[in-house]
Amino acid sequence: MRILGISAFYHDSAAALIIDGRPVAAAQEERFTRIKHDPRFPENAIAYCLQEAGVTLDDIDHIAFFEKPLLKFERLLETYLATAPHGFNSFRMAMPLWIKDKLFQKPGLVRDLKRFSPSGKGIEEKLLFAEHHESHAASAYYASPFDEAVVLTMDGVGEWATSSVAIGRGNALETVKEIHWPHSLGLLYSAFTYYTGFRVNSGEYKVMGLAPYGTPRFASIIRDNLIDIRPDGSFWLDQRYFDYATGLTMTTEAFHRLFGGKPRDPDQPLTQRDMDLAASVQAVTEDVMLKITRDLHRTHGIDNLCLAGGVALNCVANGKVLRDGAFKNVYVQPAAGDAGGALGAAFAAHARHTSTPRAEVLPNELDLMSGAYLGPAFGQDEIEGRLIKSGARFTVHGDDDLYARTIDCLDRGDAVGWFQGRMEFGPRALGNRSILGDPRKPDMQKTLNLKIKFRESFRPFAPSVLAEDVADYFEIDVASPYMLMVADVKRNRRRHLSTEEKLLFGINQLNVPRSDIPAVTHVDHSARVQTVHAETNARYHALISRFKERTGCGVLVNTSFNVRGEPIVGSPEDAFRCFMGTGMETLAIGNCLLSKANQNPDLVSDYSAQFAPD
Amino acid sequence: MFSVASELVRYMSARKKWWLFPIIVVLLTIGGLLVLAKGSAVAPFIYTVF
Repeated sequence: MRILGISAFYHDSAAALIIDGRPVAAAQEERFTRIKHDPRFPENAIAYCLQEAGVTLDDIDHIAFFEKPLLKFERLLETYLATAPHGFNSFRMAMPLWIKDKLFQKPGLVRDLKRFSPSGKGIEEKLLFAEHHESHAASAYYASPFDEAVVLTMDGVGEWATSSVAIGRGNALETVKEIHWPHSLGLLYSAFTYYTGFRVNSGEYKVMGLAPYGTPRFASIIRDNLIDIRPDGSFWLDQRYFDYATGLTMTTEAFHRLFGGKPRDPDQPLTQRDMDLAASVQAVTEDVMLKITRDLHRTHGIDNLCLAGGVALNCVANGKVLRDGAFKNVYVQPAAGDAGGALGAAFAAHARHTSTPRAEVLPNELDLMSGAYLGPAFGQDEIEGRLIKSGARFTVHGDDDLYARTIDCLDRGDAVGWFQGRMEFGPRALGNRSILGDPRKPDMQKTLNLKIKFRESFRPFAPSVLAEDVADYFEIDVASPYMLMVADVKRNRRRHLSTEEKLLFGINQLNVPRSDIPAVTHVDHSARVQTVHAETNARYHALISRFKERTGCGVLVNTSFNVRGEPIVGSPEDAFRCFMGTGMETLAIGNCLLSKANQNPDLVSDYSAQFAPD
Repeated sequence: MFSVASELVRYMSARKKWWLFPIIVVLLTIGGLLVLAKGSAVAPFIYTVF
């Protein structure tokens, strides 16, 4: 049974293919088109998924779309009706889009899909629609190793739901509770993302990264005015402070008065107040998530929790939910955002429309996601051919030699591009499309941020650690293969700070090394941990193991292979372009090794200005 | 167009929201006029909620 899942027309279009309930391919469209968060019909991602399985659309049994457009339309109309005439500006913008385009999504999908079908027939009959949060829930539950789980999904908004709770048992997944629009934890976070001068839908990570520099002095104002949080964690947002339901922006004048000023202009420098605002909304978000998860465990008495939806990418909150211990086991879908909806829609269709049981997680697997390595791979010959065409100068090495030379480069402080095997599905680079560094170097964070990524210096980097060593470095003893759990660096690895260092405030804390792996230790001693498993990524595991043998350190800095505003590289050509446009010194693609010093200087480009800031 | 109209009817039936019918007609009419008046629309939303 082959099912193709599609998410599209909002942001982060993607396609995923499952065969007999097991994901075999999944990719985001942005990786092919090089347009960040590309919302268009994912023709390249679909073509890749079909090619990976060696099939055409005629061989596909069902095609599942990740949401129900007419329910969204209903929500829009009822919102405009309920708030008239205030929403007219928004109505005037939204209606032409719907009338010209979005109302015709189903026939449009059929038309777009026809190009993948040699017969051109039967597409409409194969097309199924899942609800947005059902897709999120299915993406987490059916990929998880649990036979029974509470599934919590939270994001901005789907059709009506902004949060949902479902119970998964065996093959069945049943929604038991929802919170509806316009009351949304995701949109509360996005409102502060906007207010602190970052781009909504991509700057939320920055707010999370900024939070540890601040103190949550506005948290009580948020709780007293913006959000009413009930003991079970359900919430209600006072719409007098938010403009997203009926306007063109996120916050109202009342919001600005409450927090004492206009939103920060993105060109203005960050102030301590912005950091305190970030810390405050982060604290409230964690508070809501902890209240919800504690109540869910009390109510349902199930020990397994699955998380998905954009809010589940808040790895700081996820880490707190894990440490809180209400649930013994917490699983987060690696593609927790809307891209993962493609996979979830396919899973949901499999559960509802086939008699086949869900696929079993094998004893050597953590889940059904294959480490999230579900995207395109390139063979050695193809890599060499593509690099030669791009004008790259490289040497080819056997595996052992490649690891040894890469470690030489890391040890001397190089930023190393590491492009291997299948591309990751989801927003995180997990060691196949990554830039690596030595976490022991105190200036590595600054170097990577400013010279390689062209992004804000405050942003932290994640550690990749051998799964078997995780408890030696971090206060966590479970697998975190998708970089979606934050844990503190072990106390015995932390550096004793001088009195002067302890007194530093805000962004000034950045330059103080805090542990023996300073490049991945955030100012609050936290780290966004990725555990690396030999079962899912043998090459990356081997590289870190060799690095540990050489240096005694079983951790590498891992950041996505891209610059600010650019989608993560997908092909060897993308990787070479990024390499030549940044301060990266070394690049390993497959078994090819490239040194910046050996490259044709004419191919060096100014890369920093090519992508709009995210 | 016909398939979309029939989808809308099936949707209202499934959701038992027949009361939306006159509203949909009126709003679609106004929306249609906006399309005719404006040509194309590129929404400058900070966050598109649809």
